[in-house]
Amino acid sequence: MHPILFIVFLPLLAALVAGLTNKAAPPVFAKAVTTGALFISAALSWPIFLGFVGGSSEATVVPVLTWIQSGTLAFDWALRVDTLTAVMLVVINTVSALVHLYSWGYMDEDPDQPRFFAYLSLFTFAMLMLVTADNLVQMFFGWEGVGLASYLLIGFWFRKPSANAAAIKAFVVNRVGDLGFMLGIFGTYLVFDTVSITEILAAAPAMSGATIGFLGFTVQTMDVLCILLFIGAMGKSAQLGLHTWLPDAMEGPTPVSALIHAATMVTAGVFMVCRLSPMFETAPVALGMVTFIGAATCIFAATVGTTQWDIKRVIAYSTCSQLGYMFFAAGVGAYGVAMFHLFTHAFFKALLFLGAGSVIHAMHHEQDMRYYGELRKHIPLTFWAMMMGTLAITGVGIYHLGAGFAGFWSKDAILEVAYGRGTELGNFAFWMGTFAALLTSFYSWRLMFLTFWGKPRWIESEHIQHSVHKTPAEAGEDTTGGYHPHESPLSMLIPLGVLSIGAVLAGQIFAPTFLDDAAFWGSSIFYNEPLIHAMHGVPYLVKYAAFIVMLIGLFVAWLAYIKDTSIPGKTAEQLGPIYRFLYNKWYFDELYHYLFIVPAFWLGRQFWKLGDVGTIDRFGPNGIAWVVEKGAVGARRFQTGYLYSYALVMLLGLVAAITWVLF
Amino acid sequence: MIQTIAFYLFAALVIASAVMVIMSRNPVHSVLWLILAFFNAAGLMVLVGAEFIAALMVIVYVGAVAVLFLFVVMMLDIDFAELRAGFIKNFPLGIAIALVLAAELIFGIGAYQAGRIDLGVASGAAAPILGESNTASIGAVLYRDYIFLFEAAGLILLVAMVGAIVLTHRKRPDGARGQQDITRQVRRNPDEATVMKQPEVGRGVEL
Amino acid sequence: MIGIEHYIVVSAILFVLGVLGIFLNRKNIIVILMAIELILLSVNLQLVAFSAFLGDLVGQVFAMFVLTVAAGEAAVGLAILVTYFRSRGTIAVDDVDRLKG
Repeated sequence: MHPILFIVFLPLLAALVAGLTNKAAPPVFAKAVTTGALFISAALSWPIFLGFVGGSSEATVVPVLTWIQSGTLAFDWALRVDTLTAVMLVVINTVSALVHLYSWGYMDEDPDQPRFFAYLSLFTFAMLMLVTADNLVQMFFGWEGVGLASYLLIGFWFRKPSANAAAIKAFVVNRVGDLGFMLGIFGTYLVFDTVSITEILAAAPAMSGATIGFLGFTVQTMDVLCILLFIGAMGKSAQLGLHTWLPDAMEGPTPVSALIHAATMVTAGVFMVCRLSPMFETAPVALGMVTFIGAATCIFAATVGTTQWDIKRVIAYSTCSQLGYMFFAAGVGAYGVAMFHLFTHAFFKALLFLGAGSVIHAMHHEQDMRYYGELRKHIPLTFWAMMMGTLAITGVGIYHLGAGFAGFWSKDAILEVAYGRGTELGNFAFWMGTFAALLTSFYSWRLMFLTFWGKPRWIESEHIQHSVHKTPAEAGEDTTGGYHPHESPLSMLIPLGVLSIGAVLAGQIFAPTFLDDAAFWGSSIFYNEPLIHAMHGVPYLVKYAAFIVMLIGLFVAWLAYIKDTSIPGKTAEQLGPIYRFLYNKWYFDELYHYLFIVPAFWLGRQFWKLGDVGTIDRFGPNGIAWVVEKGAVGARRFQTGYLYSYALVMLLGLVAAITWVLF
Repeated sequence: MIQTIAFYLFAALVIASAVMVIMSRNPVHSVLWLILAFFNAAGLMVLVGAEFIAALMVIVYVGAVAVLFLFVVMMLDIDFAELRAGFIKNFPLGIAIALVLAAELIFGIGAYQAGRIDLGVASGAAAPILGESNTASIGAVLYRDYIFLFEAAGLILLVAMVGAIVLTHRKRPDGARGQQDITRQVRRNPDEATVMKQPEVGRGVEL
Repeated sequence: MIGIEHYIVVSAILFVLGVLGIFLNRKNIIVILMAIELILLSVNLQLVAFSAFLGDLVGQVFAMFVLTVAAGEAAVGLAILVTYFRSRGTIAVDDVDRLKG
């Protein structure tokens, strides 16, 4: 029995047990079962991963069940274990296990805990199916499964209308992407006559340059297929255009945001592109699209993140931006680099989210950073964890010392490889990425300074007011209002600690493996050796660029939020329209509302009023009722009540009968 | 010859009377015209040789049914301005009809004496006994072959009688005109019917 | 000479008149009952005529039964009319529309 079977199916089992017992057992039962299962899965994943790192493992496929055998369409349930899978396994299982543990403390007072843990485990199972899929249909199964789990978890607090709306938005926008993915799968089957990934990747290089008729045009086959598949990735990974669901997804509990919208689900798109990298390598137009969209997303999200007040939203846009990095790294052909950033990002982004959750927990569910301040004195452990995360994401590290936090290794690698690619798009991506790194540094430090430095501003918050039963007027001089944030329980702090270790060391330890070790990757992704050489050979200025912009961002943030806190206000006023444009997320939601929602509702209303009510109801049930009524009214006129008219009718009837008989 | 005239006379009158029954504004007139129609029809029947049926018609229809009609018409307080005019208004019409009836009777009997209209040959199953009167012939057939139907007709009459009484019977308030509940009387038992009282000597009983 | 067809004609005319009387009348219900009597009369006449024509006494026997039933029917019909009049107070034909649907 290959351990992968346990890794994948234990979470499913745990989810079923927890979900079906639900309120029949005390919550601790569900919590223990699911968390235990996940820790076992995590414990089993690391040896597999380390095996690949050490070079001792081989890629295998473990069959599970026969699925569909229909003509040439034949595929089974099978679990593929290669390097790419192993990387994802440790990411998913580690983060998921830690999130499960964290939720013990965070969701402690929630009445629906078994459901929550069941959903978390269900999600983990779906994600694991996605990454271990040996064929496109199984991957799609996992794809849809994580979408479902995301919907269930975002809308976990279903009594809140905003949560329901956000869950629906996430699912629907994902669906748009999924349409592209499905068309991609269909097209792939049409072209390759198989959906097995192994076979497709083997046959892919031969298809380079082939053409196909599409909507009347003759286009490059692989470009079309890869573009369609990438549209799916865009939806799942919240790239520009299909990104609108990600900020709203923060309606879900913070552990959900950490697991799904930071480390795992949103990275499924990157994973898919990397998994199908041999296909993408034969589709230059598609790769160009990937690069461009990735770079655009990266800069877009970073600009919006600088203006947000909600602590979770800042981190959400940060995630969106970092995903953009991963995509344009994949777009220039450096799939290993993209996966490396995925790996490190999982750690520090989950850390940031869980840390934010700790802050929110301490501040009695207040999420607006305008009501924070001076928290480093009150919740020091959380503070240091967030500090580690911020150092990681901003990419603090010294090149010449060869030492740095996780983000330093992965983000710099991405920028270097984009430059090293040498193409126009690569350069565009490089400049966008660098500018985004500046903004990343700025908003990350802004978050830290607003939350942990300055004077306490909590009494303005309604959440705090409810907690201490005072108003700002009553509090007077004491801006704390008598409220003292307290540190989170151990169950929340342990995951923060573990992830901090990862944020600090993961890059350092594994950079050579991910970046330079072709043997490590094997045949799991396309490994472009010359490109990696070019990456290492870029000019020093390029290598320093990220570090320099990080410092600039830190300085500006320090200026605006520590030195002279009136600067942000004045800047926002002077740059009024620009500020509003960024604050309102580039008005994408409004644009989509008028472009899609309003026509859709209009169309729906037409179908309802004109179609259903006006036509079908009018001629169907209502029409028949009308005819019956009119007929009855007409028939009723025979019932005059007068004997003579009855007699007349009888006579007429008799005459008619006699006439009939006679003639 | 006389039969022909008689026939046409009776026929014309019966039809004219029927028309007048319908067209009359006064229901009493309608009834009177109906009586005339009955008489003429009886006359027609006499001409064919069915004098028993004719007599039956006069006795039953005119004597009973038409009179009944009259009773009801009088009883129902129908508001007619003509009726209020009184007896004098009706008198000429009544006399006219009576004279016509008398003339017809005489004429009809005369025609009968002259021999009846021979419509066909006596060949049916229930052929009239030749030489016997119509009454005797009918009697022979009726009480022999159709005795059960005859008794059924009696039952019909019984039912009609009961029905008419039930329909029109009006309940009087108890005790006012001797409305007795027979069933209650029969169901009486001694315990509730009698009361034992011990009157003292010299005193009476109070009920 | 008078033949059966004469009697048939007379009978038919009487029948039609009776039927007409039922639904042509605009006065009162009694006329309807009298029209019914006319119909029965015409039938009786017809029966008797055919009895003579066919030489079969059954016709006359039947005419007797018709007579019986007609008498009974007139009695019951008038009883109904009386009851109706007692509860409604009128027998004007236009007011008798209780069965109106």
